[in-house]
Amino acid sequence: METPLAYYLFVGAVLFVSGIVCMATKRNGIAVLMGVELVLNGANVNFVAFAHYTPLGLDGQIVSLFVIVLAAAEAAVALAIALNFYNNHQTIDVDRGDKLRG
Amino acid sequence: MTHIDSKAWLLIIAWLLPLCGFVIEVFAGYWSHRCPGGRYKSRTAAYLAVGCIGGGFLLSLSALISGISDWGLLEHQTSHSQAAPLESDNPDAHATAHFTVANVPHGEDADTGETGHGGGQKYVSGEIYTLGTFGKLRIAIDYYVDSLTLIMFTMVTLIATCIHVFAIGYMDDERTEDHTDHQVHLADGSHLHRPGRFYLFFSYMSLFCFSMLGLVLAGNIFMVFVFWELVGICSYLLIGFYVERRSASTAANKAFIVNRVGDFGFIIGLMILWTSFGTFGFKSYTDGNDGAHPEPGLFEMVRDDHGKVDVEKTDHGSIVRIQDHDDKSASIPYWLLVAAGLGIFAGCVGKSAQFPLQTWLPDAMEGPTPVSALVHSATMVAAGVYLAARFFPVFLPEVLLTIAYVGAITLFVAATIAIVATDIKRVLAYSTISQLGYMMLAIGLGGWGAGLFHLITHAFFKSLMFLCSGSVIVGCHHEQEMPRMGGLRKKMPITACTMLIGVIAICGLAVPGVSLWGYKIAFSGYHSKDAIVATAMTYAHLNPAHSLLFLAPLVTAGITAFYMFRLWFYTFAGEPRDQELYDHCHESPRVMTVPLMILAFFAIFCAVGGEGGPLYTAISHSETIPEHIADSAITLPSHKQIAGYHQQAGILALLVAAVGTLLAWLMYGVGRPDPGIIRRQFAGTHEFLVEKWRFDELYDAMFIRPVHVVAAWFSSFDRRVLDGVLHWFAHTGVVLARWNRWFDESLVDGIVNWIAVRVQAIGQSLSVVQTGRLRQYVMFIALGVVTLFLLMFALFPQT
Repeated sequence: METPLAYYLFVGAVLFVSGIVCMATKRNGIAVLMGVELVLNGANVNFVAFAHYTPLGLDGQIVSLFVIVLAAAEAAVALAIALNFYNNHQTIDVDRGDKLRG
Repeated sequence: MTHIDSKAWLLIIAWLLPLCGFVIEVFAGYWSHRCPGGRYKSRTAAYLAVGCIGGGFLLSLSALISGISDWGLLEHQTSHSQAAPLESDNPDAHATAHFTVANVPHGEDADTGETGHGGGQKYVSGEIYTLGTFGKLRIAIDYYVDSLTLIMFTMVTLIATCIHVFAIGYMDDERTEDHTDHQVHLADGSHLHRPGRFYLFFSYMSLFCFSMLGLVLAGNIFMVFVFWELVGICSYLLIGFYVERRSASTAANKAFIVNRVGDFGFIIGLMILWTSFGTFGFKSYTDGNDGAHPEPGLFEMVRDDHGKVDVEKTDHGSIVRIQDHDDKSASIPYWLLVAAGLGIFAGCVGKSAQFPLQTWLPDAMEGPTPVSALVHSATMVAAGVYLAARFFPVFLPEVLLTIAYVGAITLFVAATIAIVATDIKRVLAYSTISQLGYMMLAIGLGGWGAGLFHLITHAFFKSLMFLCSGSVIVGCHHEQEMPRMGGLRKKMPITACTMLIGVIAICGLAVPGVSLWGYKIAFSGYHSKDAIVATAMTYAHLNPAHSLLFLAPLVTAGITAFYMFRLWFYTFAGEPRDQELYDHCHESPRVMTVPLMILAFFAIFCAVGGEGGPLYTAISHSETIPEHIADSAITLPSHKQIAGYHQQAGILALLVAAVGTLLAWLMYGVGRPDPGIIRRQFAGTHEFLVEKWRFDELYDAMFIRPVHVVAAWFSSFDRRVLDGVLHWFAHTGVVLARWNRWFDESLVDGIVNWIAVRVQAIGQSLSVVQTGRLRQYVMFIALGVVTLFLLMFALFPQT
């Protein structure tokens, strides 16, 4: 018996919400990046699941591959930002980076 | 540019030299300020001016000599229908000279170009530079050279050179940085101090000479007009040279404005001439490259080669056929040509100070004396006579009669005023007016040569006398009143002697019955005045209705002798009347006396030989002898007829002059009868004459006061009505503008500002959201997405 689609979607939703919560609650910049990874992977699960259960073919898989590549690039940029941020502020607490407030 | 004759080249250079001088002198004034040594500025400007005009004289002289040899100017002219040889003892004149009016453009001589080959021509004419062509109207700088031009050039440059040299001495006190003008009283009672204007004086003089020479050289009436006005402006500048003196600036204005009156007529004449004839040129010349299409000049259009005017009677009055014109039937109404002549003559009246525009000339004495000399002899006033003479071919008998009467009135009126004038320069000024009257009279009577003869001789002796008076004025430390002088001959012998020569010359005294080497013993004035009186006498015999034109010059010859000798006796003879003045008086330096002697020489000898002499003969080569117009009331005397009356006229004139001289000697030399008693006996007449026949008062009442009244009326109209309307408009404008401002500031600006303030406030309040906290933003995003989804579901439910 095949696993129903709802299960996959549930896992994706859990991953997504965990990522959001992680981003919203962590003050450590690296943790926020990890939250981002969780959100992206939650979305990836959805893509792959929909690709499998609907007549989309391989589109979902390919998009999720893109997302993975994108996440890698994003992580590299974000880590560089984090490093610079640390150099300037001796911390990676994102709450300290509020210079752009109105 | 076409080929220009060598004589014309010489004259053109002589003409342009003073202009170069003027330009340099005006700017050289700047340099002369930097002359080392401080107290006196350099005389460079004066030397330059003398050099320019002196060089001009040499060039003119060589042109004259060239003209004499080319054209045979010293040979007597043989006649057209009327003219007769003037000297009966010169029979071979017929054989040697045969002149016809130049006919280059018409005949087979055309290919010889403009230059004279032998005796066939008596003028050269051509174009120097075309200023512009507007349809038919061609405006150009032309030259026109005939014997009159050559003689005028030589005379003007010679006299101007003498006057320039004299002025170096006369104007010497202007060479300081701090010149005191003793005739200007400032408010605090002191005299005016100003920088000397030595260089400026000489630059004006140069410009004056340039203008006069340009006028004489001009080959068309338009150019004459241009230089005519330049002469006017130069005289204005020089008469008002002491501009700080009120009298001087007024006199300058008067000279200029009175001349405007005459020039108005001149312009009208110009317009008539151009409209009717379509050209400004005097006589035709070959223009362009091939010389095939000469443009006929004014003189040829009015009179043919024999001086004949083609008058025809038509239903609409008389007309004058325009000759030598493309259109054979071209004509001009007779009266229009008379009007043109009168218009041109009006200009001459203004310039030459003829009645009724004579009033400016005596006032022009406010200028420095060398200027008076120049204005009165060689330049300004001579220009008027010169133009009248130049335009003689265009004048019809009616115009000539007007000229004659104007001249006769002028010469008499001015002479009577001169009797009572006490200012030494004013006597000379009135004498000038009177002599100019003689010249005009002569031209009006048809004695063309006699009038110009007198112009030349008068130029010499009048400039001589003016320079003498200048010498007296400098010697007496700027005293001009003759009653304070007297006995000056002992202190200034050269001046007294040369002045006496001038006086004898103007009076026309001679030793009758005696001749030396075939020449009469007489100064130049005798010959020229004799010629005029003889012309007048002949005229009076031919036209008995106009005997007055003979009596006036004859009587005035006596008056002239009287007032001129009065001047001399007053100034130089007898005992000093003002001992202090006499003690401080001194003879002028050499730079001033040498010009006197040169001019005295010419005053004696320039007319040697009289009407058979070289000067008159050369002048008469330019004469157009007018042919009698059928059924004209006036008969102009011919040379032959004049020659017949010459003997009688000479004796009469001499007699009258001698009586005048004798009377002057009795009254002012001997003192019996005492002039004071006579003055008291004729107090009314005396006062009338002292007030210059009340011409100034008359003009004051006739023109100036009405103008003032009208001006006052206009002024009040201006002030009340026009200013009122204008003020109302201005006031309304201000009110409108003020309201407009309020509208702008409160309403328009209010809306704009309110919007801006609101936008700013909203932005301010929204900026609270921008906390800069990353985690909060994530929450916003998450909540926003959820909200959007909820909204989507709520608003667009899935079916």
